[in-house]
This record gives sequence, structure tokens and C-alpha cells, in this order.
Amino acid sequence: MVRFLIKRLLSVSLTLFAVSVVSFLMFFALPRDPVTGMCPKNCNAERLERVRQELGLNDPKVEQYAAYMKGIFVGRDLGSAQGGKCEAPCLGYSYVNSEAVTDTLGRVLPVTLSIVIPAAILWLLLGVGLGMLSALRRGTLIDRLAIGFSLTGASMQLYFVGALLLLIFTYQLKIVPVPHYTSILDNPLDWASGLVLAWIALAFLFSAIYARLARAQMLETLSEDFVRTARAKGLAKRTVYGRHALRAAITPLVTIAGLDVGAALGGTVITETTFGIQGLGRTAVYAVRGGDLPMIMATVLIAAVFVVIANLVVDLLYAAIDPRVRLS
Amino acid sequence: MSLSPEVLEPVPVADAAPAPKGVVGRSPGQLAWMRLRRDRTAMISGCTLLFLMLVALAAPLIEVLYGVGPHDEFKHLLTRRGSIPLGYAGGVSADHWFGIEPGTGRDIFIRMVYGLRTSIFIALASAIVTAGLGVTAGILAGYLGGWVDTVISWITDFALALPFLIFALAVMRPVELRFYGPREEVPTWFRVAVLIAIFAAFGWTSTARLVRGQVISLREREFIEAARASGAGLGHILFRQLLPNLWAPILVSFSLAVPAYVTGEAALSFLGIGIVDPTPDFGAMIFRSIAYLQTDPAYVFFPGITIFALVLAFNLFGDALRDALDPKSSR
Repeated sequence: MVRFLIKRLLSVSLTLFAVSVVSFLMFFALPRDPVTGMCPKNCNAERLERVRQELGLNDPKVEQYAAYMKGIFVGRDLGSAQGGKCEAPCLGYSYVNSEAVTDTLGRVLPVTLSIVIPAAILWLLLGVGLGMLSALRRGTLIDRLAIGFSLTGASMQLYFVGALLLLIFTYQLKIVPVPHYTSILDNPLDWASGLVLAWIALAFLFSAIYARLARAQMLETLSEDFVRTARAKGLAKRTVYGRHALRAAITPLVTIAGLDVGAALGGTVITETTFGIQGLGRTAVYAVRGGDLPMIMATVLIAAVFVVIANLVVDLLYAAIDPRVRLS
Repeated sequence: MSLSPEVLEPVPVADAAPAPKGVVGRSPGQLAWMRLRRDRTAMISGCTLLFLMLVALAAPLIEVLYGVGPHDEFKHLLTRRGSIPLGYAGGVSADHWFGIEPGTGRDIFIRMVYGLRTSIFIALASAIVTAGLGVTAGILAGYLGGWVDTVISWITDFALALPFLIFALAVMRPVELRFYGPREEVPTWFRVAVLIAIFAAFGWTSTARLVRGQVISLREREFIEAARASGAGLGHILFRQLLPNLWAPILVSFSLAVPAYVTGEAALSFLGIGIVDPTPDFGAMIFRSIAYLQTDPAYVFFPGITIFALVLAFNLFGDALRDALDPKSSR
């Protein structure tokens, strides 16, 4: 297990290194002149040159990259115009927001977490439950309804579902307030009512996919010998389906769920844009529209870190559940 | 996957008429086509797709017949304050079948016809480029093995570790800044090309992975050995011997990639990154409609339902195609 862990950690750091190089090249070497993209509305040649100096854009690319990475691990001094000393996880300074990138991220990250985590719980429960149900009642009306649901959900667009939800519950029935974010620590009820539409929209789409996967997995598991043996032994249906079959059927779903949650944490871009909630994703969109390169680079890095960590967690979980993985 | 054993399976004779010729030989392709023909879902979704594609292709013709262009503005049909269309359901009338857009007063129907063209063109082009790249990389990795395989597999794994939407979103602007100044107008064809390139850059890996797996199981088979023994070159083995045995999984992954790209393109345009306003596009239309949800709720429905129907039809057809090509697989 220790060897497996070390091997995985090595490959994770290699991937993260590659991601950082690729995104650095993408944002600081690809544009003809990175400064023009991040220039605020009123900028003249003199100001541009100053920004270029402060960001060190005239230095060789390798040095710039090294400085950026040093900022992340030990912090760096960005100069007076960029808020002076920038503490350890330093991701640069945003000229558009006039604050350090980490300050903005610290503000928007809890928003994305508040959207994704409850939604993920909801979609897993709903998806796996529905998939199980339709596999056990194969061929009945329930099964056909569940298949119809998952087909519809898999072809629906998040922004359209979101728009319909807003239209029905907020503007017509007026039972849900306009989506907004309040910290759960300040007012849990307001927190929930402000985000509930986002949870439902995300959960609807994802549970459709999970229902389909869970159904296929469950059907495959139910046809296996150990299920028949357990039934023949005289175990109750409940025990066989609920414990033996379910456990075998949801292991592959763990992988997919882990990756989906990781990707969603990296920015529920569309959900946030549809409902107008300022999380990581919408911050990234604004940064792209405003040409705020340090901000874009930071959001991309964070999103990649989430995906890579989710990958690692899934692998470790898998290795813990299934010893065969460790050996290969 | 090999399709050859199925030829040995008893072929149900479709017509009851006595066939004096006895057993009719059918190729795997013919068998799959027969299965597809008998599948009602496949036929309905296939016809829907054909219809939507014809509409997209015939967009200029429809414009002439309909008498309204995608950029014509009918401001006199909007309320003076707030610019909301007059009349029912967003201004639906005999002249404007789906009503007109709030704010700009453009006709929704003709914009959707053109939007369909944008959407289908980008999705199909991306899927074709993706399949080409993915198949080449996958065949090379699977057949050659060794360091070629290691490098391609590593790139594949790496690309899968990147969060697609946020990366695609982020790379668009730097690419534009490479070729255009910050204040310059970026032409639509350039945006389309970048979108296709982004989809291809991210999409080829899954096809490559699929093809690689198939090739690894095929390369030890006798027919490859025979080809090698008779002195066939690398190109001949890869594209003449291996490729014909791979068309089924490639076709399935292609048909399921298209709806994914339709969704992806609309999502990026919804975020204001892909295709931008004067060019008709579903994603951009839905993004505009969110602002008018309260005052003109009908606006969101036309593009929303059309893109849903398009993606659903593609998904259903892709599933049916998979069933037809590989009847053993159970969904």
C-alpha cells in the first residue's frame, strides 16, 4: 500500500507540474502582449510599461515561471503597486479587481463548495436510488419512467433547466427567492433557500446520468453467480439486493462520482452564470471577459488541482476497497 | 471487437416468401443496417436528425421563402419602454412564427434556423477532426507499443486531468490575443476555428483510448501476422488491415461525440466565450433570454426546446447505432 501511495503521489505531482507549465505558457507566452489583455479601461503606454515592469514580463519566460511558482510555495514581493508582500499561496495580483488573487478566491470558494456538496449528495442518492429501483423492477412502468427520466436529463441543458426552474418557482409561484449566497454560518435557512434551485438543477442533470449507470451496473451484478448463490442460500431479498449486490454495483460509480465532484468544484460555471451566483466559475468567466490573466490562470490551476486530487482520492478509495488494484 | 462471428449466426429471413436460393450471405454492415431499420427509436430519431440537418443546410433558401433575414430588426413591434415584444407569447404572429427577440426586435424563427446551422456545423466538424486525430493516435499507440504508446497514453491521461469547460473558457482569450489586438474585432470564422480546435484538442484522447484498446486485442490475431509475414508495410497494416475492423466502435463514439459538442458549443456561447451576438447561436440566445425571463418568458423556450430535441435525437440515434452494431452489449 505504501509503494502504491508513493507511486500515485509522484504521478500526481508530475501531472500538477505539467498543468502549471501548460497554463503558464497559455496565459503568459501565448498572447502577443499579455499586458494589453489585463489593462484597465484608461491605460496609456506609460502605464502599460509600468504594469509590464511590475509583473516582470520583460524577464525571460523561465524566470517568470520560477517566480510564479516561488510565490505559490513561499510567497513573493510584488512591489508597492500590487499590494506589496504577497503571502505564501501567492497567485499574483489582479489589476481588474485591484486586489490579490487569493483574496478573491477566498471569497468565492465557499460559494462553489456550498453549491456542489449538497447537490452531489442529492444527485448520488437520487441517481443510485432510481437506478437500483429500475433495475429491480426491470420492464415495469417504473423502469420505463426511470429510463425516460434519464434520457431526458442526459439531453437537457443546465441553463435551460435552470431557466425553467427560475421561471416557475421564483417568478411565477414566488415560493423561492432570487438565487443568492449567504454564508451558512450567518443564516442557514437563507443559505439553503438561496441555493436550492442550483442544487435541484445540478442534481436533476447528474442524477439522470447516474440513474442510467447504476441501472446498467445493477443489472450486470444481478446476473452474477454470487447473487444467485446468496438467494439460493435463503437470504432475504433485502439483504441480497441491499448489501451484496448494491456494494458490488456502486464501486464503479465511486470513480465517476469522484471525478464529477472534482470537476464541479473546479467551477460550476454554467450553474453560477444561470443563477447569477458569484462562485469560482463565474469569477473565471468574468476574468476571461475582462482579460484578467493572473485571475484566469489561478482559477484554471485551482480547477486542475481539484480534479487531480479527486482522481487521487478515488484511486486510494479503490485500492482500499479492491486489493487487486494495488498489485497491477 | 470483431464482427465476424455474427455472420455465422442464423439470419432471420425478413420476407416470408419462399427463398429458393437458401441462405443469403450478409456482411456485418448489412446486418447492422437491418437491425437499425427494424429499431423504431432509431428510425424516428434518424428522421428527426435528417430533417434538422436539411433545415440547417437550406437556411438561405428558408430565409428567401420566409422573407425575413436573421439580422432584420422589427423595433416597431416592441413596446416603447423596456423593448418587450407586443402580442402573445413573445410576439408570435403569421409573419414571425416564433415571435421576435426583446431588445433587438429580430425574428426568432430565422435566427434559430441559422443557429441550427452554426451548431451542427461546429459539432460535426469537431467530431470529424476528433475522430481523425484520435483514430490515428490510438492505432499508432496500440500497434507500435513501446515508447510511442507510453507517450500517447501519458498525454491522454494528462488531458483527462484537465477540467474541460474551464480550460476551454480560459484558453479562448489568450488565443485571440495572439492573433488580434485587445480592441480589435475578432471575426466569427476565427472563433469557429478556435472552438473546433479546442474540442479536437480535448476530445481526441477518449477516441484514442478506445481505439488503442481495440488494436491491442487485434494486433496478435492471425490476419495481422499473415499481413506482416507477407511483407506488408506499416501503413498497409494500420490502415488497410486494422482500420476496417475498427469502424464499428469509431462510428459509435463519433455519433455520441456530436451531441456532446452541440452541448459544449452552446455552453461556451452561453458563457459569452464561443459564438457572440450578432451571429445566430442557441447558447448566446439562451444567455440573452435569462435577462428577459420575467418580462418575456416565451423567449427562452424556442431555443431551449430546439437544442434539447437536437441533442436528444443525436443521443437516441447513437444508442440505437451501438445496439445495432454490437447486439451483445446491454445498456
